[in-house]
Amino acid sequence: MTSIIDLDHVTFSYGDTVAVRDVSLSVEAGEFLGLVGPNGSGKTTLLHLMLGLHAPDEGTVELFGQPVEAFDDGGRIGYVSQKATSRGGAMPVTVRECVTMGRFAHAGHGRLTDADRATVADAIETVGIGDLADRLVTELSGGQKQRAYIARALASDADLLALDEPTVGVDAESRDAFYALLDDLNDDGITIVLIEHDIGVVTDRASRIACINTELYHHGDTESFVESDALAEAYGATGQVLHHHH
Amino acid sequence: MTRDTAGDGRTDADGGADASEAAADGGAADGGTTPASVASAPRPSRGLRRTIELAGIAVTAVVAAVMLGFVFLYWAQDLPIASDLYAAFRSVGRGMDAAFGTNVFRHPIMWQSMATGVLVGVVAPLVGSFLVHREMALIGETLAHTAFAGVAIGILVNASTGWDGSLLLVALLVSIAGALVVQWLTERTDAYGDVPIAIMLSGSFAVGTLIISYGRGLTGINIEGYLFGNLAVVTAEGARLMGVLSMIVVVGVLATYKQLLFITFDEQAARVAQLNVTGYNTLLVVLTAVVVVGAMQVLGVILVAAMLVVPVAAASQIARSFRETTYLSVIFGQLAVIGGFAVSIGFGLPSGGSIVVTAIAIYLATIVGSGFSVKAISAHG
Repeated sequence: MTSIIDLDHVTFSYGDTVAVRDVSLSVEAGEFLGLVGPNGSGKTTLLHLMLGLHAPDEGTVELFGQPVEAFDDGGRIGYVSQKATSRGGAMPVTVRECVTMGRFAHAGHGRLTDADRATVADAIETVGIGDLADRLVTELSGGQKQRAYIARALASDADLLALDEPTVGVDAESRDAFYALLDDLNDDGITIVLIEHDIGVVTDRASRIACINTELYHHGDTESFVESDALAEAYGATGQVLHHHH
Repeated sequence: MTRDTAGDGRTDADGGADASEAAADGGAADGGTTPASVASAPRPSRGLRRTIELAGIAVTAVVAAVMLGFVFLYWAQDLPIASDLYAAFRSVGRGMDAAFGTNVFRHPIMWQSMATGVLVGVVAPLVGSFLVHREMALIGETLAHTAFAGVAIGILVNASTGWDGSLLLVALLVSIAGALVVQWLTERTDAYGDVPIAIMLSGSFAVGTLIISYGRGLTGINIEGYLFGNLAVVTAEGARLMGVLSMIVVVGVLATYKQLLFITFDEQAARVAQLNVTGYNTLLVVLTAVVVVGAMQVLGVILVAAMLVVPVAAASQIARSFRETTYLSVIFGQLAVIGGFAVSIGFGLPSGGSIVVTAIAIYLATIVGSGFSVKAISAHG
């Protein structure tokens, strides 16, 4: 198995506040990793470290076998940030324009080719929003927006999909459909790293779980996570956790 | 989804445009957060819109090319062929004066002003399209004030050393230095932190006024022209500088359109895609500085940021894509400049105020045109 992401004793602080302490974990090709933890536990920071958006204070990060700071093949990663999907900005960008951005890492300063445009159209169809291609992203519902961003990742031929709480503000039905789409993509071999606040959803879908609250409390397959005490420990064993198994 | 709602029989390769019109007409069956105004507002067919926009861009391009041509001919008027063309230009100007009953178009200085204005009307909204949606509009204002300090420094240097260089060139250098400082500040503060920028905005203006007060009496320069914009401020050299700067800005934006779009829309994803976000952000602020110095001549320091913002705000009200936003911004910018010149010449008013008021009238018209739904665009992050 090939490691897509490799974190080795990674620590990161915002000023004096340690957000991530001594975390080591790796994500293998084809994995569906659910990243869980309480609010403010460092999930997003950990994802940013994985993607090279933050440089670790200590430890090393490798992406696709390269040190993250030297990694330059941006087209291999599709990233859907929390900010991108939650903000209500007024920038008029169509779904097609948004998805086309997925080709920019490949096109550089050159013009987009017909093949690029075909890839974009395919990606929009794959996520099931073909009829919305010329609508503005700002006019879409939460679930449709998510699909547009996933399509952007597909258009870039990403091997790795990194999603930060993608279904916040999305109704239950759209969320189920969205996770079904992620399952399909994972079956096609795309590695997925997902931050999700709903533990029930993530244990249903992910093949492996990393549970973090500054430190790593658990990293392993989903069954062992469900049977372990990691969740209670990470959340402070206060009984506050909504833990709905199906 | 296959019915031809556009009604123009245009066939799209993937049928996407027609399908989306049908979805919009059908009341957006997706439910959820789709604004009602979008689903219900009647709008002209996509094909017609595109034709009008492309025609507008074509006219703008021709006008800009003619103006660039004039600036070039004025510069080269002593050369064999250019001198004939320049003479022809002058006689066209006299003909226009005769036709309109004015005393404007026969004067080369007015053409220089108009050329500068027309080019500002192209490049300011072009850069502004990214700046506004990047929530960096305040930076345009800041760089204008920095450029003002640059003019003041230029005056002082001219007066004290007898150096006979261009004030605008000094303003350009100071403004670009200011742009780099702004970029440095924003890289080290959260998002585009207001406070350091605001301090720089007023600080550079303060420095400018101090230098000008100190230098008063040393020189008879018309500082009011730089503050409020004045057609008579534009020199042949200023117009020429604007011509060169405009070409740099247009080429710069066209060459990096994709990257600027990606970063403006989703900076984090652009970083993950390994775009050089810092580099493109720096390019954008430097291009802004360049535009501001060129535009300062006709708009004045105080009003220059309006040309970066108002046409873009108007375009964003009604645009159906980002590409359309850039097209409409440039078209609206051009209308504002030409309309503003007409007001300025017709009533003998300052050009800067006339242009900005015209731009705001266009903005108000787009609000009416979009059914009074004002898009929330922030001036700063």
